[in-house]
Amino acid sequence: MKQFADLVNVLGTSTKTNDKLDALSDYFSSADDKDKVWVIAIFSGRRPKRIVNSTQLFTWCNELLNLPGWLMAESYHVVGDLGETIALLLPERTNFHASYPLHYYLETFLRIEKAEESIRKQFIIDAWNSMTQTERFVFNKLITGSFRIGVSQKMMVNALAKTVQLEASVIAHRISGNWDPANTLFNEILSQDSVTIDHSKPYPFYLAYALEDEPASLGDPHEWQAEWKWDGIRGQIIKRNEELFVWSRGEELMTDKFPEYHFLKDVLPNGLALDGEIMPYHNNLPLSFNVLQTRIGRKNVTKKQLQEAPVAFFCYDVLEYEGNDWREKPLQERRTLIEKLIKEINNEALRLSPTVEFSSWEELARIRSGSRDMNAEGVMLKRRSSIYQVGRKRGDWWKWKIDPLTIDAVMIYAAKGSGRRSNLYTDYTFAVKDGDKLVSFAKAYSGLTDKEFAQVDAFVKRNSLEKFGPVRTVKPELVFEIAFEGIAASNRHKSGVALRFPRMSRWRRDKKPDEINTLDDLKKMLEVYGK
Amino acid sequence: MPLIEFTDKGLCCPQGQFYIDPWKPVPKAIITHAHSDHARGGHQYYLCHHDTKPLLQLRLGDNSYESIGWNANRVLNGVQVSLHPAGHMIGSSQIRVEYKGEVWVVSGDYKTEDDGISSAFEPVQCNTFITESTFGLPIYNWKPQSEIYQNIKDWIIQNCEEEKTSVLIAYSLGKAQRLLQPLAETGKKIFLHGAVWNAHQALVKAGWQLPEVERVWQDAPKEIYRGQVVIAPSSAESSTWIKRFSPYAIGICSGWMQVRGNVRRKNADAGFVLSDHADWNGLLQTVKATGAQKVFVTHGFQSAFSRYLNETGIESAEVKTEFGAEEDNEAIDQV
Repeated sequence: MKQFADLVNVLGTSTKTNDKLDALSDYFSSADDKDKVWVIAIFSGRRPKRIVNSTQLFTWCNELLNLPGWLMAESYHVVGDLGETIALLLPERTNFHASYPLHYYLETFLRIEKAEESIRKQFIIDAWNSMTQTERFVFNKLITGSFRIGVSQKMMVNALAKTVQLEASVIAHRISGNWDPANTLFNEILSQDSVTIDHSKPYPFYLAYALEDEPASLGDPHEWQAEWKWDGIRGQIIKRNEELFVWSRGEELMTDKFPEYHFLKDVLPNGLALDGEIMPYHNNLPLSFNVLQTRIGRKNVTKKQLQEAPVAFFCYDVLEYEGNDWREKPLQERRTLIEKLIKEINNEALRLSPTVEFSSWEELARIRSGSRDMNAEGVMLKRRSSIYQVGRKRGDWWKWKIDPLTIDAVMIYAAKGSGRRSNLYTDYTFAVKDGDKLVSFAKAYSGLTDKEFAQVDAFVKRNSLEKFGPVRTVKPELVFEIAFEGIAASNRHKSGVALRFPRMSRWRRDKKPDEINTLDDLKKMLEVYGK
Repeated sequence: MPLIEFTDKGLCCPQGQFYIDPWKPVPKAIITHAHSDHARGGHQYYLCHHDTKPLLQLRLGDNSYESIGWNANRVLNGVQVSLHPAGHMIGSSQIRVEYKGEVWVVSGDYKTEDDGISSAFEPVQCNTFITESTFGLPIYNWKPQSEIYQNIKDWIIQNCEEEKTSVLIAYSLGKAQRLLQPLAETGKKIFLHGAVWNAHQALVKAGWQLPEVERVWQDAPKEIYRGQVVIAPSSAESSTWIKRFSPYAIGICSGWMQVRGNVRRKNADAGFVLSDHADWNGLLQTVKATGAQKVFVTHGFQSAFSRYLNETGIESAEVKTEFGAEEDNEAIDQV
């Protein structure tokens, strides 16, 4: 555990990518093979399920300490992370002899997942008692499930690639899909054969950066293919060995969640991988993401949901055909293939994501401005000659999104952030005017620079009206422009609306609180864009 | 009438006609220590410890200063006043105030571990204790300083092997001087930011024997810093001043580094949990050792600490002051 805790410590505090890469490759060249497999699993989102919840951890820690619960809660608000708070509060360990490797703990999690609470509790308390503060922190993060420490899967893959001297794209593919860290050997992950064993394995997605310059900077428009940028779930549909698999971009196997696609098992040829968007779709029209949101996140899809939020797959690429990897072929060739395939299958649930025809950048800009009418977020630009790359890359694919919707609002509540922002008031609630009242309608945590956050934090500390636990009611004085991607009716919020991806796009120091937008303005937006 | 009242000018002893660390100009001020949130300008008369005087002169210029030693008594309008080591920084004192057999003690800022240069903290028996609470939560418990020093030294050696300069961020007054001895043990040269240098010179002039240091000069060749150690205040951290040490690693020495979020937010390469304030256990032990029947809690986590004292049977109340902004005022040091 110590070696892994040290690794996490470097990864969590280092400010330089190269230092993180070095720490990871050091780990991959010196750690125990079983531990390495788990590290690959952890950093690619394959952690064991949570065996306890945070309330249990809080309670058990509290029992070990002779402290009132409110003081522990107060400490937690300052630290902003329960796992860390517990690591800081627990008394020094008394057991210096029971140091186990990482895989021991993770495999025990799997073993006792369904055991009685008393067994899980004893395991955790014994573990705490044999660990240093750093180890306890890492252990707590492993058991509570939040393990964001500034290392992307891509970085882990690059470090592993460097250590074992394979291409990063090869590694990315080998570690994708369904595999069980407890029963996989390190050598198996790295061997050629493993690819053919797991038929479900998706390809790493090729992701686009946002286009920041004018599209004219991309050169001749004829070299580019434009498509609508859909606001659905990016996914891959794979058919191999008479089996169908649906993967999300987060590499979650979602086959069971979309029964609409199950007929594809019978009509798609074997050895095929399609890339596209899982989209709510009804009466020949793509629906807003809100519709899909009611379905995802549920274990079982109900009949009602199937009727209200039916999905189609908007296909825009093919990665494998007749069992061969097509990613190195140019886009235009891949496009020709999917056009042919989808036409042959001819079913509502598998659609071709249409290309947008244009002859000049000005024309495309005009078409793009109508994206919202298509329930699209803008357009995608893909170089016709581009191969299908791995991960987020600049150059050949760009997303050119439309400007977000915006509204001016005043901050009324503030809460402390977590992680890097614990101790700073960075999570704000905003309100619009309704007559002479203020009505809250959105929360936002992002969009300001560190310096601006520090200034707002100082304002919050000086202008708190009331304090409820971690939340402070602040003097309604600071005005922000809130940008968002969509708006929907909601009965969970006082304002009656829910925004999609709200964030602070500008601090309107030039505006006074009585110059903000009104609830009526929001309702009008709901009217226009909320369908 | 209470012996000490909390007024909008600061802690006031009406009977003795003096204030302790007032934040607005007053005729008579007793100063616990030379940090800017406790020692402000504009008073007509200052009473402080001998070691604090040169530092007040450095920060506030010429004024009417009077200084006394530890445990020496001064009687102000019938009120007996004495100073006792607070262990926070050079010269830092607790102020003991006695009138007609009633004793109040104002802690100022204090730490309970002896740092070797600030005179070791001594708890003072009293009826009423006014304590700081900068780190008044149970998540703040410090490791022994020897352990932290070892971590700092190991870090410096490692940076040196990578040909990097080690830049340590520390308060220019207090923490910077405390670090000198352990840093000198690495055998590396120690360079000081101008603000730290000024404090250092004032202490040397006052007769302090401190390890050998050099000032960071505007036009010195950059190579001289390679692999060596630099001490700078936090304001230097995000300035262009620091660029000259490139390649360098930044290590922040502060009790706030106990929480990972702070280390990450500061974008530091390393955070060393080295504080000049008492930790949670230090605060509790001190409160008990004073034997006080009533405890007022000032700057820090005053509401939590005071509630906890009340729940454990020690009568306590929180007090709002204008102390506890050392960091914000650090820029003043650069003059």
